[in-house]
Amino acid sequence: MDLEREGGRGANQLRPIDCSRNVLSRAHGSASCSHGETRVLAAVYGPKAGTKKNENPEKACIEVIWKPKSGQIGKPEKEFEMILKRTLQNICLLNVHPNTTTSIIVQVVHDDGSLLPCAIHAACAALIDAGIPLKYLAVSISCCLTESGKILLDPNKLEEQKTKAFVCLAFPSSVHSVLTEGSINGIITSLTHGVMAGLCLFFNTVDDYFQCVEQGRAAITPLSNILKKKLQSQSAE
Amino acid sequence: MAATSGVHDLSSEMEVDAFRRLFPLRFHERHLLESIRPDGGLLEKLETQPLCLTMLAAIKMEVMTPTVEAPEEGCIGLNKCLSGMIDLKELCLVGGKAAWMVYLDIYCLDADGALFDAALLSAVAAFSHCKFATVQIPVVSLNDDGRIVLVSEDNGGAKKEKEPVNKDKRKLKLNSVPFSLTCILHKDYILADPTSEEESIMETYLTVVLDSSFQLVSFNKPGGPGLANTSAIQKPTDLVTAELDSGDCVTLTRQRVKELQKILNETISDMEVD
Repeated sequence: MDLEREGGRGANQLRPIDCSRNVLSRAHGSASCSHGETRVLAAVYGPKAGTKKNENPEKACIEVIWKPKSGQIGKPEKEFEMILKRTLQNICLLNVHPNTTTSIIVQVVHDDGSLLPCAIHAACAALIDAGIPLKYLAVSISCCLTESGKILLDPNKLEEQKTKAFVCLAFPSSVHSVLTEGSINGIITSLTHGVMAGLCLFFNTVDDYFQCVEQGRAAITPLSNILKKKLQSQSAE
Repeated sequence: MAATSGVHDLSSEMEVDAFRRLFPLRFHERHLLESIRPDGGLLEKLETQPLCLTMLAAIKMEVMTPTVEAPEEGCIGLNKCLSGMIDLKELCLVGGKAAWMVYLDIYCLDADGALFDAALLSAVAAFSHCKFATVQIPVVSLNDDGRIVLVSEDNGGAKKEKEPVNKDKRKLKLNSVPFSLTCILHKDYILADPTSEEESIMETYLTVVLDSSFQLVSFNKPGGPGLANTSAIQKPTDLVTAELDSGDCVTLTRQRVKELQKILNETISDMEVD
């Protein structure tokens, strides 16, 4: 059925991930992240003085600009901007620099599925490169549910379009905390998608959704270790 | 810590309204501790009609040529949650040449929080109303040039004989109807169906959309300062006791779906009588 994935990947196997910082010399922080063929470039400028009109001046403000690979900026880009902004609001320490604006510009270089997770990783790495204080890293994964009820992690574009339902999740990466408050194990962001018009794409039960969450969470730990290693090896220079 | 105790001292002297303006978060948190909301409702009580939130939805239909990929289907302007509801093949007029395109306009007359829920509900209601009204898809016919013209009562048979493409006025058939609920997560509390004041203060919200057979259409939590624990979303149900905990989002949404279905059916049947 759908057991054969391109490149012989297993259902729980992720594509090779590469993440590099400081790719742009003039930005305050920048990073490029790739999940297989999907590549995203992120640049951070800030913190700059002043917030926008409707934003709370007691906290730092985050502004995201999403640039698609081609075409004009439309509603899907605005949606991505909103999602990314709220996700980053979760991980940044907003009280450290009140009344400032940090701009993050995300440029899609190539989209081969799992675009939002790739963008989240690139944005986090760019924030690290810029030295913006963060609570924890966001680690993100997308999974899709096939007709046969199988859950595939990190789908590429073809798989995304073929499948029944599609979820994108972001979790906080593991934290070594001084406070023994209890593990931080919530979900930062979760988005479910019906991909194409005309098809009924939703989960059969809520349990399918939770299964996706559990599988995603299980895959997060190795993923976050890989990301941390990549980011660390560069800062050692 | 001195600041908080100062606030509590002040609160006993200050008027309620002033306290609400100056320290909105503390005002709401005090209420949360008592498990009530400022307007007197329970935390998890779902308002059956949103208090001050009014929306108007209108549906227009226009003829268009269908896309190459889907020559048998029509199109709905707003796709995400509604695509499962209507079978698009019903909207087809002439395969490959013409189909109905449905425009859905939603006007917000009065906004008091949870806009998405109200918008979805009004869109669903508008489509349901289409179902029962007699004037539905007007009769059209194919011109000799291959264009579609509206067959009106006036130009009866004077011109060339045109074959009406769809003879009778059809009604749209709805499959599973989606209903949604927005909840706010604040520390350990879940607030269902927030007002705009609550939304602006407590920024973490999530939206669950279930359809009439309780399948999950969409689960949307777009980031925000708080994290969603799995237990907040759905508590594991005990198979022995039939009653589910009221304290989680999916169960709240289920209750909401039942209430909304009942209200929608009542309203539609009232309208049909007219």
